[in-house]
Amino acid sequence: MRTPAWAALGAVVLVASVVLAVTIGPAALGPGDVWRSVTTHLGVGDLLGVTPPDRLPDAMVWQLRLPRVLTAAAVGAGLAVCGVVMQSLTRNPLADPYLLGLSSGASLGAACVLVLGATVLLPVAAFVGATAALVATLALAAASGRGGLAPARTVLAGLAVGQLAAAATSFVIFWSAKGDQYREILSWLMGSVAGATWTSVAIAGGAVLVLGTALACTGSLLDAFTFGDTAASALGVPVQRVRWTLLVGVALLTGALVSQSGSVGFVGLILPHAVRLLVGARHRALLPLSALAGASFLVWADTLARTVFEPRELPVGIVTAAIGAPVFAALLWKGRARA
Amino acid sequence: MTDLAPSRRTAARRASDQVSQDPARSGRASLATSDRLQDEAPLGVDARRVRWTVDGRLVLDDVDATAPPGAVSGLLGPNGAGKSTLLRLVAGVQRPDGGRVHLVGGPVPEPGQGLGQEQGEPHVRTEDLLAMPRRRRARLLALVEQDAATDLPLTVLDAVLLGRTPHRGLLAGDSDDDRAVAAAALERAGAADLAGRLVGTLSGGERQRVHLARALAQEPRVLLLDEPTNHLDVAAQLATMSLVRSLAAQGVTVLAALHDLTLAAQACDHVVVLAPGTDGGRVVAAGPVEEVLVPEVLDPVYGVRTTVLRHPSTGRPVLTFEPA
Repeated sequence: MRTPAWAALGAVVLVASVVLAVTIGPAALGPGDVWRSVTTHLGVGDLLGVTPPDRLPDAMVWQLRLPRVLTAAAVGAGLAVCGVVMQSLTRNPLADPYLLGLSSGASLGAACVLVLGATVLLPVAAFVGATAALVATLALAAASGRGGLAPARTVLAGLAVGQLAAAATSFVIFWSAKGDQYREILSWLMGSVAGATWTSVAIAGGAVLVLGTALACTGSLLDAFTFGDTAASALGVPVQRVRWTLLVGVALLTGALVSQSGSVGFVGLILPHAVRLLVGARHRALLPLSALAGASFLVWADTLARTVFEPRELPVGIVTAAIGAPVFAALLWKGRARA
Repeated sequence: MTDLAPSRRTAARRASDQVSQDPARSGRASLATSDRLQDEAPLGVDARRVRWTVDGRLVLDDVDATAPPGAVSGLLGPNGAGKSTLLRLVAGVQRPDGGRVHLVGGPVPEPGQGLGQEQGEPHVRTEDLLAMPRRRRARLLALVEQDAATDLPLTVLDAVLLGRTPHRGLLAGDSDDDRAVAAAALERAGAADLAGRLVGTLSGGERQRVHLARALAQEPRVLLLDEPTNHLDVAAQLATMSLVRSLAAQGVTVLAALHDLTLAAQACDHVVVLAPGTDGGRVVAAGPVEEVLVPEVLDPVYGVRTTVLRHPSTGRPVLTFEPA
């Protein structure tokens, strides 16, 4: 199957996933309710001759479930793209924003402002935290050896920075969090889109549309890194400029996403792998298809998170970790067999 | 399996004859403006007084190295002499701290003879590789690293298509032309039957052919190879060097770092011997195989006692070593 066919399939699956996910929940809704609500709010209901929706189903679709599902889709798409870019630039198939300390850094930033009560600054703090963690990880990896970023060193550096950020986060919580702040920070640390509003959709979706699309266009550049920095440079690619530009893009995008969803792990790790098995390792196909797959994946992971133990809800990060950790282990196992 | 000896030096000779006979080519034209690099005459590499330091430590100390056009040149020397570093500097992957690297459209003057302008004998056309835009440089020189590998499930054809990167827009995908060039490169490297395989499943010799095909897809005039026979069994070593020789015969200038001196003696037209020193690698000898691969040069560099024998059928030098 060729790339356009996969892309069409991915888009159809994503739209179907969004519609279906909105209908799933404690109150029974049908695809018709979703259609009526969406067309009416978009102002094309009359044009299409759609009967206006009832107030209650409409509120559930438009105010509660749709923003949540769309935020999940945007976060999933963005994290998958970030994962592909990080894996390519660090030449590490196990790299993802979570593993390289970005999410932990963002969490630390977020925990700090939540404790200080400055919730409005949360996206900024998450972004600053993500960037600081990325810089620390790459600096540590680069300083601990010469000749570019060796895969193993980068992961170890990410692990160290992530652990440090996690410890600092725990300290912040232990020292100064009170009452409700605990739950707020905890839900944030485990990743959740439960509180998503249209503002979340705008921030996460906007970041994906702007930064995610830009990153998804860099397939040929990322291809050049396949055999390492030296090979990329010998192919005429300005290695350092490309690497830092793309990594800053990844940090910006991760910061924006994590500010809305908390740190959701494993999406950026396992989705690119699955898509590679289908379409191969060339990035021009891999990037957009991973974005589509990541979006559908997180939509369903979030649907599971809110329905499995109904009426209790799980943070979606627990679901992605429950699926992702075994897959991660399988990848390690496979890598061991090959080496 | 293959005789490496025939056609040796012919390409280099042909090139130098052409240059000296063609009046339009004499004179020191700027290659960038006249774009004469696009013509078919092989191009040589001329590195002069190249210095390279890492953390204040000299790795290369005023190294002069040449690769005559259309010839196979061997870069020899013990570990740590700076062979790979020199290749990376010529490829433009790293910038030297001093010295210059030129692409030369004609016979390369021997070190000490200067580049022509000092002598007032402007028979060579040169272009500064260090000042060249990197994409243009990547269309003229290709580098095959030692043990270049990937963990990704990449097909051989896709790997070879990466060689088209400097020939297309930074964000562009593969064109039909790119695919045609990649297929031709695979054919030239004797790897056409591998096109659909995954790079990770290839044997060492197959992988080396694929890397050569990737380099050829760059349509380079100069091929820089870092220990192309490393980790290969004997048959694959011979096949690789025979392929390299046939590429040189087609006008691609080759500069290869090599470990095996007998293999270098069989396959190279010209050799440069680097020796590691306390303050960086230096060139101890350069020139034709017969003159350079001799005990007087090799014994102090490698700390061994060398005996040079003659191959009974090819007449090429065969080197054996004993502890000093």
